[in-house]
Amino acid sequence: MSNSLTPLLKSLITASGLSGFETPVRSLIQAAWEPLADEVSVSRVGSLHALRRGQAPEPRPSILLAAHMDAIGFMVTAVVDGFLRFTRIGGHDPRVLPGQAVTVFGRQPLPGYIVQPPARLLPAHAQEGTLPMEFLWIDVGLSPAEVARMARVGDVVAFAQPPLDTASETLCGHSLDNRASVVVVTHCLELLHSRPHAWDVLAVATVQEEETMLGAVSSAYQLRPSLAVAIDVTHAAGPGSPAHRTYPLGKGPALGWGPNVHPRLFKDFKHIAESQEIPFSIEVMPHHSGTDAYGMQVAAEGIPTMVLSIPLRYMHTPVEMVSLKDIRRLGRLLAEFIAQLTPDYMTAFSWED
Amino acid sequence: MPQTKSTSLKIGAAQLRLLERLSNACAVSGDEGEVRKIVLEEIRPIADDVKIDALGNILAVKRGLAGGAPLLKVMLDAHMDEVGFMIIQDEGDGIYRFDTVGGMDERQLVGKSVLVGKDHLPGVIGAKAVHLTRPEERKTPISLDVLRIDVGPGSNKIKIGDWAVFATRFQRLGPSLVGKALDDRLGVATLIELLKHAPPNIDLLAAFTVQEELGLRGARVAAYALDPDLAIAIDSTPANDLPMWDGSENAAYNTRLDAGPALYIADSSTLSDPRLVRHLAQTGDALHIPYQFRQPGGGGTDAGAIHRQRLGVPSVSVSVPGRYAHTAAGMARLQDWQHTLALLHAALERLPADILSVER
Repeated sequence: MSNSLTPLLKSLITASGLSGFETPVRSLIQAAWEPLADEVSVSRVGSLHALRRGQAPEPRPSILLAAHMDAIGFMVTAVVDGFLRFTRIGGHDPRVLPGQAVTVFGRQPLPGYIVQPPARLLPAHAQEGTLPMEFLWIDVGLSPAEVARMARVGDVVAFAQPPLDTASETLCGHSLDNRASVVVVTHCLELLHSRPHAWDVLAVATVQEEETMLGAVSSAYQLRPSLAVAIDVTHAAGPGSPAHRTYPLGKGPALGWGPNVHPRLFKDFKHIAESQEIPFSIEVMPHHSGTDAYGMQVAAEGIPTMVLSIPLRYMHTPVEMVSLKDIRRLGRLLAEFIAQLTPDYMTAFSWED
Repeated sequence: MPQTKSTSLKIGAAQLRLLERLSNACAVSGDEGEVRKIVLEEIRPIADDVKIDALGNILAVKRGLAGGAPLLKVMLDAHMDEVGFMIIQDEGDGIYRFDTVGGMDERQLVGKSVLVGKDHLPGVIGAKAVHLTRPEERKTPISLDVLRIDVGPGSNKIKIGDWAVFATRFQRLGPSLVGKALDDRLGVATLIELLKHAPPNIDLLAAFTVQEELGLRGARVAAYALDPDLAIAIDSTPANDLPMWDGSENAAYNTRLDAGPALYIADSSTLSDPRLVRHLAQTGDALHIPYQFRQPGGGGTDAGAIHRQRLGVPSVSVSVPGRYAHTAAGMARLQDWQHTLALLHAALERLPADILSVER
């Protein structure tokens, strides 16, 4: 079954689903999760909830696996003589943008490119150096009249870089942050299909992580799990990136450690990884983990949380790179952890000060 | 618009397929083999004589039907090469340092996918995550010194000296054509069509040249070898027809899309022969084929090398206007290409045998 992970990931990164506009990708995830879950529903704000029941007698404890499905992108702010001005959704480095393929979701999807105007058409102060986003245009190749008919202010714009298979089972593309983690959760559910587990598993594809973490806080509140795990991407070591803030690509997932992580959960995940011979790094997160865990930890009366990450190069560019091996390993780590959860795990769950 | 007489040459599905193949082919200056192969396939069956010279130019001749007096020898030129990259250092584990070949803005390289080497191995030019940058740092463009091509860990199929190109695939967007190498595969495709439909009143000397992007080097020796009476360079020229930042009139557009082929009067390397410019314009006027004059100024084409060869060669350039040349995705209009082909074909058909005996 796991050999279908790559096609699934490619389809997920090809589908649109910007923060606040996740519906297209959510329907694909729903189709992938329905055969693996007992109940699937959509939250009031658009997150996908899939429940896989455990075998312990009720009331059963539950573990929430949160992978945000939203992606960064852009939004049209003006239509001028057939060209589109735009602003950002999520965090972008403007230096990455000139020449990028995009899709403008107008009256119908319009393929186009982010373009940098020639220097002579710019104010003197913007002719050299990084061109700020407000001077860039999107060109969809249509006549001004067609553009005025097809596009308008507020249309969302997604990267359109096609998926690219690179060496040693790595994959490049946009939105691997965080569709790669959606595939991790899918893989975990697949593995649990043939493994008994006592706990309920709540797989959640959250919305709006890149903006407000709306999905994480609302789903954690609604589902009230005993434990919650945020699955996200972290920075992989690569060209130009500082060694002390990155983790090796293709050498296993990263286990988060810091204030957003319950130390007992960290310890138990680490133990499972070691006993299953799953290679891993330890990612230190001195403050905000930058993941859904930050929101889930303080939902309702508070939830013990863990952060597990896939190392990824070139985050928030259209050529993010992940290792499919890391995706499979992290799915396996989650499945092993869940399969080993006993019905009374929470009674012994404590601070060991 | 009235029906034109001589526009028998149409861009149809076959011509678009050929342009697509040409645009997707990888042929950085010095490594034009892939385009050379396509051109040879297309022209060998129809040219009277085809040869490849010392630099890799294709020189093809299609003779006209001589009555008595010798026919005008007309050189038509289009360059096969494109801008791109060369791998210059293997840093291990699939990471390579590279240099640019031809004039490129470093700001256009970041975050793109590329194809490396003869086997077109996919790779990416990444960038440090925005989360790991400081606001001050983001004001300075990422320089070539710190950019790398990454083909994934563990790969050892790439050698220093391999060429690379943007991975952009040819695409049609409504009335537009998009590709990584429309400059100058539009010219190459045009020249192939003209060879296939060469008018009988001239000897057509076709030069598919190399190394234009490195200083018109192929054209220089091609013009010497062909020794033409006159020459036309067929290229793609920037259409800088975007809105001005402040909404004022754009008076520095160079050329505009949808305005037809761009005729050169003067650029930084050539003062076009006025007789040829007049003939092209008169042909367009007579047949109602739209054309525009490229704004005189910088830039240049193979004509810059051709017109200074031997005794001097009266020359002119005709370009398909294109936005965003030398980036991952250039954009031109199908109609402009159609009109370029029609105008050139008609102008050749109507070329007066004594055009060079009248006063400039």
